[in-house]
Amino acid sequence: MAEAARAKPKPTPETQHFWDGTQVGELRLQRCDGCAHVYFPPRPFCPSCASRKVSVFKASGKGKLYSYVINHRPAAPGFTPPYAIAVVELDEGPRMMSNIIDCPQTPEALELDMKLEVAFEKLDDKITLPLFRPAKG
Amino acid sequence: MRRNQVAVVGAAETTELGVIPNMSQLQLHADAALNAIADAGLKLSDIDGFATAVETPQQVCHYLGIKPTWVDGTSVGGCSFMLHVRHAAAAIEAGLCKTVLITHAESGKSMIGKQPRFTPPDSLNGQFEAPFGVYGPPSMFPIPVLRFMKTYGITHEQIAMVAVAQREWAAKNPRATMKEPITVADVLNSRMIAYPFRLLQCCLVTDGGGALILTSADRAKDFPQKPVYILGTGESVETPMVSQMETFNSSRAFKVAGPLAFKEAGITHGDVDHLMIYDAFAHLPLFGLGDLGFMPYEETGKFIADGNTRPGGKLPLNTNGGGLSYMHSGMYGMYALQESVRQMRGIAPAQVKGAKISVCHGVGGMFAASGTIIFTNEK
Repeated sequence: MAEAARAKPKPTPETQHFWDGTQVGELRLQRCDGCAHVYFPPRPFCPSCASRKVSVFKASGKGKLYSYVINHRPAAPGFTPPYAIAVVELDEGPRMMSNIIDCPQTPEALELDMKLEVAFEKLDDKITLPLFRPAKG
Repeated sequence: MRRNQVAVVGAAETTELGVIPNMSQLQLHADAALNAIADAGLKLSDIDGFATAVETPQQVCHYLGIKPTWVDGTSVGGCSFMLHVRHAAAAIEAGLCKTVLITHAESGKSMIGKQPRFTPPDSLNGQFEAPFGVYGPPSMFPIPVLRFMKTYGITHEQIAMVAVAQREWAAKNPRATMKEPITVADVLNSRMIAYPFRLLQCCLVTDGGGALILTSADRAKDFPQKPVYILGTGESVETPMVSQMETFNSSRAFKVAGPLAFKEAGITHGDVDHLMIYDAFAHLPLFGLGDLGFMPYEETGKFIADGNTRPGGKLPLNTNGGGLSYMHSGMYGMYALQESVRQMRGIAPAQVKGAKISVCHGVGGMFAASGTIIFTNEK
């Protein structure tokens, strides 16, 4: 029997640009043309001022570790415990859930506010996930 | 909403709590409802308003044989029943119905007649949280904890004391699932679930249910039980995605619902004799104490560690033992409400002597929703 795979996102019309972005190595956010609010997750209007005039832009991919748990049990399909489930605060403001790679999954290694940079992990031909690793330098 | 216009006149839990392998979730609803009906001295045909969560109102009404003229299927997680109380009080005041039955039941442990939770892959949670390994509440609810601890200087030992203090209350409750005393060391040495939380900082998983019956305060005095009045209410929602909370330093939903209820009740924190803060996990009482304005967040950990919420303390908190020790079927809010009603009736196993005002604060999802009900036994 094949090993269970991790949960795979299925894009909707409102989120397709985000998942198209990760496939080409871009972390895409949206900014309101009117009030300049930057937001996530994707939607075709500004959740701050309700304007429908919004733009997609390529984010820096830089952020910091806002908080996390190190999950021991039960483990999600496709994950080997213990593994960290992190929330990353992007330099542009929004936060997103992700995993931290290239880093021991320990409280000692995972320091709050440590600088992170995006890394892309291809799941298949349609979906690439945005993960994060400790920033270099 | 006006104060003390509506009262709880019937309240009961399922006949059994804990592991109930011989009853479906739907029958647990009925068991709790029939117990509450008997408690209120009513017949099912007296019920003209009905509210429940997860199961649909039509499902439970048909099963019980109730023909309502008002229904509420608000289902926002474990605090749904606080919202039902609020909505029912408004409906009774507006004349939409006279006698409301609210039921909760969950075959959380035995999983009989209970649909498993499912996150569709094209939902926002399915796209932006599930792929990163969240798997059930223990992997999600504690995600804000490390940030909260860092911001306010809260220690692991202080959060462990939440479980210790509540176990002391549970020891006084014959129906509590876990009654053996525990120490901070026991908590910090229990099995790791999702760092920073260990087994004894996570809620139980049990079967059970509960039901409430509400009517107007004018009618309430003719019922066999001492009326418990609705003094103040509040509710709100924030986000179904824990990663998208405005901040991990507080809960926006708590900060809306709690103060709304205090304002409506016209009371101050010093007036509160008894407090329930839904504790699916050990950090929730700290968030609740801060968000409801009892004290600055920085003081919440020390307040609990110093024993202020344990038996004999100045602010009795989660006096049934809470979701950590009493029971937790998955949607614990109903059991918190039941304990507040028992305290206001003066019949709780760990009765707070002379308690006149009880604040009952609930959470739904992972800080996704909130409801607060303030009860009093004086009109």
